[in-house]
Amino acid sequence: MAEPARAKPKPTPETQHFWDGTKAGELRLQRCDACANVYFPPRPFCPSCASRKVSVFKASGKGKLYSYVINHRPAAPGFTPPYAIAIVELDEGPRMMSNIIDCPQTPEALELDMPLEVAFEALDDKITLPLFRPAKG
Amino acid sequence: MRRNQVAVVGAAETTELGVIPNMSQIQLHADAALNAIADAGLKLSDIDGFATAVETPQQMAHYLGITPTWVDGTSVGGCSFMLHVRHAAAAIEAGLCNTVLITHAESGKSMIGKQPRFTAPDSLNGQFESPFGVYGPPSMFPIPVLRFMKTHGITHEQLAMVAVVQREWAAKNPRATMKDPITVADVLNSRMIAYPFRLLQCCLVTDGGGALILTSAERAKDFPQKPVYILGTGESVETPMVSQMKTFDSSRAFKVAGPLAFKEAGITHKDVDHLMIYDAFAHLPLYGLGDLGFMPHEETGKFIADGNTRPGGKLPLNTNGGGLSYMHSGMYGMYALQESVRQMRGIAPAQVPNAKISVCHGVGGMFAASGTIIFTNEK
Repeated sequence: MAEPARAKPKPTPETQHFWDGTKAGELRLQRCDACANVYFPPRPFCPSCASRKVSVFKASGKGKLYSYVINHRPAAPGFTPPYAIAIVELDEGPRMMSNIIDCPQTPEALELDMPLEVAFEALDDKITLPLFRPAKG
Repeated sequence: MRRNQVAVVGAAETTELGVIPNMSQIQLHADAALNAIADAGLKLSDIDGFATAVETPQQMAHYLGITPTWVDGTSVGGCSFMLHVRHAAAAIEAGLCNTVLITHAESGKSMIGKQPRFTAPDSLNGQFESPFGVYGPPSMFPIPVLRFMKTHGITHEQLAMVAVVQREWAAKNPRATMKDPITVADVLNSRMIAYPFRLLQCCLVTDGGGALILTSAERAKDFPQKPVYILGTGESVETPMVSQMKTFDSSRAFKVAGPLAFKEAGITHKDVDHLMIYDAFAHLPLYGLGDLGFMPHEETGKFIADGNTRPGGKLPLNTNGGGLSYMHSGMYGMYALQESVRQMRGIAPAQVPNAKISVCHGVGGMFAASGTIIFTNEK
């Protein structure tokens, strides 16, 4: 029997561009053409001003650690505890949940507001997840 | 909504609380409902309005043999029952029904006749949270707390004191699941669940239920129990994704629902004799004290650590022992409401002397929803 795998996202028509982006090595966000609001998660209208005129753009992939837990139990399928579930505040404004790689999963190593940069991890030939690592330099 | 037009005239929990392996979830609902009907001196045929969550109103109404003319299936998590009370009060005032039964029950521990929770992989949660290892409330609800602590200068010891103080209340309650005294060291040495929270800062997992019966204040005086009036109400929702809360420094849903209820009640914080703040995890009372306007968030940790909310303190909080020590079947809001009603009737195991106003504040999901009910025993 195969090892239990981590939960895999299934894109919808409104989110497909995001998952196409991660597969291409890009973190894609949306910006409202009317009010310039940058938002996440994806949807084809601005949640601030309701305009349907919105554009997809490539985000910098840079952000900082806003908050996290280090999960010990129960662990999700596909995860070996302890592992951090992090909230990243992107430089463009929106926040997203992710995991922090290339970093010990400890309170000492995971300092709030530490700079992070996106890294991409392919789950299969369709889905690539946006993860984050401590920013270099 | 106008003040004191609707009253709670029946209130009861399931006969047993804790581990109830001999009852399915719908039977726990029925057990609580039958106890509340008896408490109110009514027959099931007197009920013409019905509300419940998780289980559907049609499922429970049929199981109980009720033919309602008003139903509410609002299901926004553990505070659903606060919203039911608010909606029921409005419905009774509007003349849509006369006597409303609200039931909650969960086979949260024994899992008998309870559908497992499932997050669809094409939902927003399934796409943008589940892949990163969230797995049940302990991995999600504490996610904002490190930011809350940093912003407001709250310490681990203060968050441990929440559990310590609530255990003091639980020790006075024969029906509480956990009654043995604990110390800050006990809390900080208990098993790590999801840093920064340890076992004793997480709610219990139990079986049980509760039910309420509401009617007009005019009719309420003819019932056997002392009426408990609805003085003020508030509700709101924010997001089912904890990652997408507007800020982690406070809860928008709390900040909308709480002040709405205070405004409707026409009271100030000094008027509050008794307070319930749904405590699925140890940080929630701090969010609640701040977001409901009792004090700035910065002062909440010290306020609890200094003993202001413990037995004999100036603001008795979570006097049944709370979700941390009394019981928590998954959607605890009903038990907070039951304790507020007991305090207003003057029959709580840890009764606050001469309490006249009780504020009962609930949360649903991971700060996804909120409902606040303010009760009084004086019309």
